[in-house]
Amino acid sequence: MEQKPTKQAGQLFRRLRENKSAMFGFGILVVLVLSALLAGIIAPNDPNPSPPQLEFKLKPGFWSDEGVKGMPLGTDALGRCVLSRIIYGARVSLSAGFVAVTIAMVLGILFGTIAGYFGGWVDSLIMRFVDIMFAFPALLLAIVIVAVIGQGLDKAMIAIGVVYTPQMARIIRSSVLYIKEMEYIEFQKAVGSSNLRIIFRHVIPNSVAPVIVYGTLMLATAILDAAALGFLGLGAQPPTPEWGAMLSKSYNYIVGGAWWAATFPGLAILLSVLGLNLLGDGLRDTLDPRLKT
Amino acid sequence: MGWYIFKRLVMMIPVLLGASIIAFSLIHLAPGDPARTIAGEHATIQTLERIREKYGLNDPLPVQYWIWLKQAMRGDLGRSIVSNEQVTTEILERFPNTVELTLCAMILAIGVGSVAGIVSASKQYSALDYATMGVALFGVSMPVFWLGIMLMMIFGVFLRWLPISGRIDTLIPFTRITGFYILDCIITLNFRALISSIRYLILPSVALGTIPMATVARVTRSSMLEVLRQDYIRTERAKGLSERLVIYRHAVRNAMIPVVTVIALNFGLLLAGALLTETVFAWPGIGRYVVKAVGMRDYPVVQGCVMFFALIFVVVNLVADVLYVYIDPRIKYK
Repeated sequence: MEQKPTKQAGQLFRRLRENKSAMFGFGILVVLVLSALLAGIIAPNDPNPSPPQLEFKLKPGFWSDEGVKGMPLGTDALGRCVLSRIIYGARVSLSAGFVAVTIAMVLGILFGTIAGYFGGWVDSLIMRFVDIMFAFPALLLAIVIVAVIGQGLDKAMIAIGVVYTPQMARIIRSSVLYIKEMEYIEFQKAVGSSNLRIIFRHVIPNSVAPVIVYGTLMLATAILDAAALGFLGLGAQPPTPEWGAMLSKSYNYIVGGAWWAATFPGLAILLSVLGLNLLGDGLRDTLDPRLKT
Repeated sequence: MGWYIFKRLVMMIPVLLGASIIAFSLIHLAPGDPARTIAGEHATIQTLERIREKYGLNDPLPVQYWIWLKQAMRGDLGRSIVSNEQVTTEILERFPNTVELTLCAMILAIGVGSVAGIVSASKQYSALDYATMGVALFGVSMPVFWLGIMLMMIFGVFLRWLPISGRIDTLIPFTRITGFYILDCIITLNFRALISSIRYLILPSVALGTIPMATVARVTRSSMLEVLRQDYIRTERAKGLSERLVIYRHAVRNAMIPVVTVIALNFGLLLAGALLTETVFAWPGIGRYVVKAVGMRDYPVVQGCVMFFALIFVVVNLVADVLYVYIDPRIKYK
């Protein structure tokens, strides 16, 4: 019998609680999300002070006597507090990944369901298109899209979302193909439910599990790719405190010994991706033990 | 086998055509006059006219596509707006550098990664196993550009063991023959240049290789664990074969099959990583070339690189599939 998605999710969470590493990953994410939400309260300084405090340029943090009081992780080349920018950056980088994955999910569910449910030439057409998009490394395709629609954080999110769509569509399609053959769907058809009703009431809700698992893992790579675009100067533009862009603006200064401004934003990326990977692996093991690695 | 390869080659055609449509549309989707997009902001009226003539920009789109495709198949991808050089020439000039880097990274990833995975699996739940997998987990979560910067900082800036950017010490005389620096140095018996070019290669390839290395280690481990549970392994053990022989002669061979797939699947990630690594280390490859081109809106270059990347990607996938059938005869090529 089919289950309500909410009930499914509740069961999932209870089983997940026993998985220590998944809970650890979840913990990391809670901390990061909280710091993104409460950035205005917990950040010690303004991430973009105006006018710029150039007298604080590239000062070290708490480990050195030369540091500026109240800026524990040091300052960047424009004298801005690295810690505050990382905290505010959590807002930008996490939501960039989240928006991109949401775009991929909506488009992926749309195309994947259509392809899987209706089959035939519609399916072939969509899947050939998916094959073509798979002929490019995701990041390159995202760069190409940015080249066409222009640079900026919003455009980078769209580009990544579009690039991730084929992957999502494929996952949804295979799950729909499986559900389509179930008896209760046949029952719905027999009692004369419309295709739309079957899709929205029965097929999509039952594909929720793979969407959650792959959505979580995809969020990890989306954050990495958004940071990569920021690093290449094609994503978030200055002075937005975005982790990738922060790195690209500060790594030239490591030659002069200012290692902190390039180190900590990368650690923030690493932590969030690590958290999502741990949680995603845990979800996958719980939902589909056959895939256990 | 020959028939299989032929069929796979035929299957590449629609994918490449699709890629060419994406590359072609790039110029037309970009805002503004396509002739200006191809020739650049500062092109003269004569140049614009010549471009319109060459690509038939006043013709209907399908005709334009056909003209462009014919030229692309002849290897004419147009000229760079920035340097005014042939895009094909510029790509081929930089391609060997990217190959050297990715190949080196891949050897590192497969070599170290598979050994780590095998050792980890044969000592499951030992401290060594936990340590290796912990490191590997960090490895798969790391941004490659950050890792590059960290390596640069530690080994280039603080310890001063290795150079931080570029391909070779420019003060050392070097003769270019094939474009592959290491090969050229060996051919010309130029050992000073050889040592220099290897020193410049180390940090970028470690940066690029670490993440796939972590993936390979994780997959090898789980695949080994799977194989070690099989009946024939129990038989070997029951026969009294030493654990060493069981693992290295019987288990490893079968465990490496999924690893090949994962390496092939990760090739795209490796290319994307090369893009970033080359940017960090100022490595003169096609990754850095395309990133710069996007920044400067050099559309013919972006277009050419898109086609080139798609071609490489498709060929690598083909090679992986063929290799896969070769090492696992159970898979029937259909």
